Amino acid sequence: MNIFSPSTEEETGEVVRAALAGEQTLDIIGGGTRSGLGRPSSADIAVSTRGLSGVRFYEPAELVLAAGAGTPLVTINEMLDEQQQELAFEPVDHAVLYGGSPQSGTLGGLIAVNASGPRRIKAGAARDHLLGFRAINGRGEVFKSGGRVMKNVTGYDMCKLMAGSHGTFGILSEITLKVLPRAETEQTVVLVGLDDGEAVEVMTTVSGTGYEVSGFAHIPATGEGFSSPVPASLSDHAVTALRLEGPERPVQVRRRELVEFLAGPGRQIETVDHGPSRELWTGIRDVLPMSGQEDQVWRISTAPTKGALLVRDLVREEVPVTYHYYDRAGGLIWLAVAPAADAHADVVRRLVDRHGGHATLVRAADDVRARVPVFHPQSPALAALTKRLRESFDPHLILNRGRIRSDL
Amino acid sequence: MHLSMPKPETEILRNREELIRRLREIVPVENVIDEQTDLRAYECDALTMYHQLPLVVVLPETVDQVSKIMALASELNVKIVPRGAGTSLSGGSLPLEDGILLGMSKFDRILETDFANRCVRVQPGVTNLEITRAVEHKGFYYAPDPSSQIACSIGGNVGENAGGVHCLKYGLTTNNLLGLEIVLMDGSVLQIGGKHLDSDLYDVMGLMTGSEGLLGVITEVTVRILPKPETARALLLGFSSIERGADCVAAIIAGGIIPGGLEMMDHLAVNAAEDFQSCGYPRDVEALIICELDGTASEVDDLTMRVSQIAREKGADVIRASENDEQRLQFWAGRKNAFPAVGAIGPDYMCMDGTIPRNQLGPVLASIRKMSEKYGLRCANVFHAGDGNLHPLILYDANRPGDVEKAEAFGADILRLCVDVGGVLTGEHGVGVEKRDLMPAMFSETDLKQQQRVKCAFDPKHRLNPGKVFPTLHRCAELGKMHVHRGKLPFPDLPRF
Repeated sequence: MNIFSPSTEEETGEVVRAALAGEQTLDIIGGGTRSGLGRPSSADIAVSTRGLSGVRFYEPAELVLAAGAGTPLVTINEMLDEQQQELAFEPVDHAVLYGGSPQSGTLGGLIAVNASGPRRIKAGAARDHLLGFRAINGRGEVFKSGGRVMKNVTGYDMCKLMAGSHGTFGILSEITLKVLPRAETEQTVVLVGLDDGEAVEVMTTVSGTGYEVSGFAHIPATGEGFSSPVPASLSDHAVTALRLEGPERPVQVRRRELVEFLAGPGRQIETVDHGPSRELWTGIRDVLPMSGQEDQVWRISTAPTKGALLVRDLVREEVPVTYHYYDRAGGLIWLAVAPAADAHADVVRRLVDRHGGHATLVRAADDVRARVPVFHPQSPALAALTKRLRESFDPHLILNRGRIRSDL
Repeated sequence: MHLSMPKPETEILRNREELIRRLREIVPVENVIDEQTDLRAYECDALTMYHQLPLVVVLPETVDQVSKIMALASELNVKIVPRGAGTSLSGGSLPLEDGILLGMSKFDRILETDFANRCVRVQPGVTNLEITRAVEHKGFYYAPDPSSQIACSIGGNVGENAGGVHCLKYGLTTNNLLGLEIVLMDGSVLQIGGKHLDSDLYDVMGLMTGSEGLLGVITEVTVRILPKPETARALLLGFSSIERGADCVAAIIAGGIIPGGLEMMDHLAVNAAEDFQSCGYPRDVEALIICELDGTASEVDDLTMRVSQIAREKGADVIRASENDEQRLQFWAGRKNAFPAVGAIGPDYMCMDGTIPRNQLGPVLASIRKMSEKYGLRCANVFHAGDGNLHPLILYDANRPGDVEKAEAFGADILRLCVDVGGVLTGEHGVGVEKRDLMPAMFSETDLKQQQRVKCAFDPKHRLNPGKVFPTLHRCAELGKMHVHRGKLPFPDLPRF
């Protein structure tokens, strides 16, 4: 396969128009860290965004940066770090789950999958931080949307569409993002030994209080073959983790108050300090427990109170769950299952439909992802709209064809 | 009125009686309004400069009725203009002479409050403030708070992606939604999202939010609610010049502080507000900042200290912190009533809504002052300073010949300036009809065509709210055309791997 590496939008447009003319399909490649997400592809040619890289501007006082879509995320993170700022949505590094080289993802890739981490519940996902973009559509035309300011309702909010479109609307060339001050410090309050149901109840209760918790996860004890993000002294037990972030003194006060709030007979409560706390949440973000092993992985988004019920029902219906943990107070389930040709999709999706939400098959062998719908099946009306939207950007379906659905 | 709207289609005007009869088969007879005198109530929204009687008004009560009305309109090829509470500041629900006005006011029920999942499911006609009222007894609130929150409907908030003074920290409508039910022009009903976060594919909810009623009709909304911060305190910071005030705003944000609200008013707006309702504002300042800090008590103490220090360094003449919640609300009352307050010194005013990079606040306000002199019209400035969203209020007298034209030209100059300095035409009020013809100042023909192709995916015949947002209506067939040089174009000579 020929991989083109244009260094300008004009060149990118030329490649798209040539592909159109030659009736060829075209894959978009960034850092390659997320190529396992979506259906496997078999495009005729590929475009690398690596030539479309470089920071266009970064204005810390304005909380905004713009950079080429091929800019490595690690470059952005280092630059932000120097100014005590960050991308507040905590973009997941998919290399950990898929076994690529860590931190090699690009800015374009994280927008294409609408990446987010544990802070999603408080700070939003990539969609909520994308202020503007430039891209080349499936006609080979350069177009833009949004801007560089925080508030903008001028025209349709195409930023929301581009985030999570898996490269099926256009090749992103430039991305403008909102950045935010990084918290001075963080601490994690941990409850030890709760079962899933108790944990979800505690997490949803605390999420309705003013302690401003910025991460809610429940991590059952990991079995053989699964890595634990939890500090070694606690890793033999189920751990319910509540993260507090902010300036040093207010965090201490909130931690004290939260521990008092949670205290009860028989409850074991620990505190994890800044360094290990950061490691813990990075592991939760990057799906560390399922790294370095071969099970199929589902990512399920549901209402927080449904999380533990859903896992209970999956086990009852004999889905071979090998490990699972919860983020977003129970609203996000990472589920590892023993590999099967159908990835147990029928049962998983029937139960997810019953409780509400969607299930994405994020890791499975190519042949499985080619057969089993990776993204949650939609109602006929929504599926038809999805197709029309896709065609409104890429009428000949040449960009990342087949990645989101076999007919798209 | 200097606005050209799509030419009324005579065929539709001729078939009005037939349309009314068919509509009365779908909804109760009294829910179809066709008498001239009754139609008056719907002739404009909050952009009162423009008005037009609709062909007919219909007030559905169920999703099924909405679906049937949409299908009927498609069948008869009639246009539809959706309307929530009619508080749009950009003419988003301005009626069409040959269009059905679809009023959603009867969708006024709160369907479910779910505290454990921190969400509320409501019908679109419920007002913004009613949502907070329904959950505050348990210590929750709905964060986006447009100034019209007592009247504006949540369906309209979604349609316009409404903001408010708290969106600096808590986001706009789009950042606070979980689910929507929408009806498309062909009558199909779609469930988008639910009580969970994010779509695993295209973010149709995000696209619908702020689409100004051009893509579908919203029939149900699930919003996220937040626990009320333990403490909130408002600071009044007065400055002897706009530039100093703007500097202080930039310094607060640059200092790593994201306040719950960060507003600024100029001398004219401060005094209009104080005249309207005494709220403790110092009258002799050129710029007044209201900075709200919220969180736990210790956090708010900490932030109050830091913000006061920054204000002192930036030369504030007045630094006053609210001592209790009553005083905090009093500080806000002036800001929340700023539009009517300025209206009272009017006689008429036009409200602009551009957003600019914060570091352009000083220069842009200086330019607005010059324009004000040039046009001979006064201009009061109220802004969401924290996110660079300006609300210049241009004062004019509709009864004085030439004033309306001057005000419109002044407004257009301000918005073009916003775009020139890296900003946008509208931060939260929407394009509607008001800024429609200025769209090319910000977008290329290609940009606008791509947006219209998205419109075609929802409404291929441009039946839903045509004449809004886009300056030129292209037929979908024409937009979809593509000239491919089959087999002729060579690949560019680029590095290949």
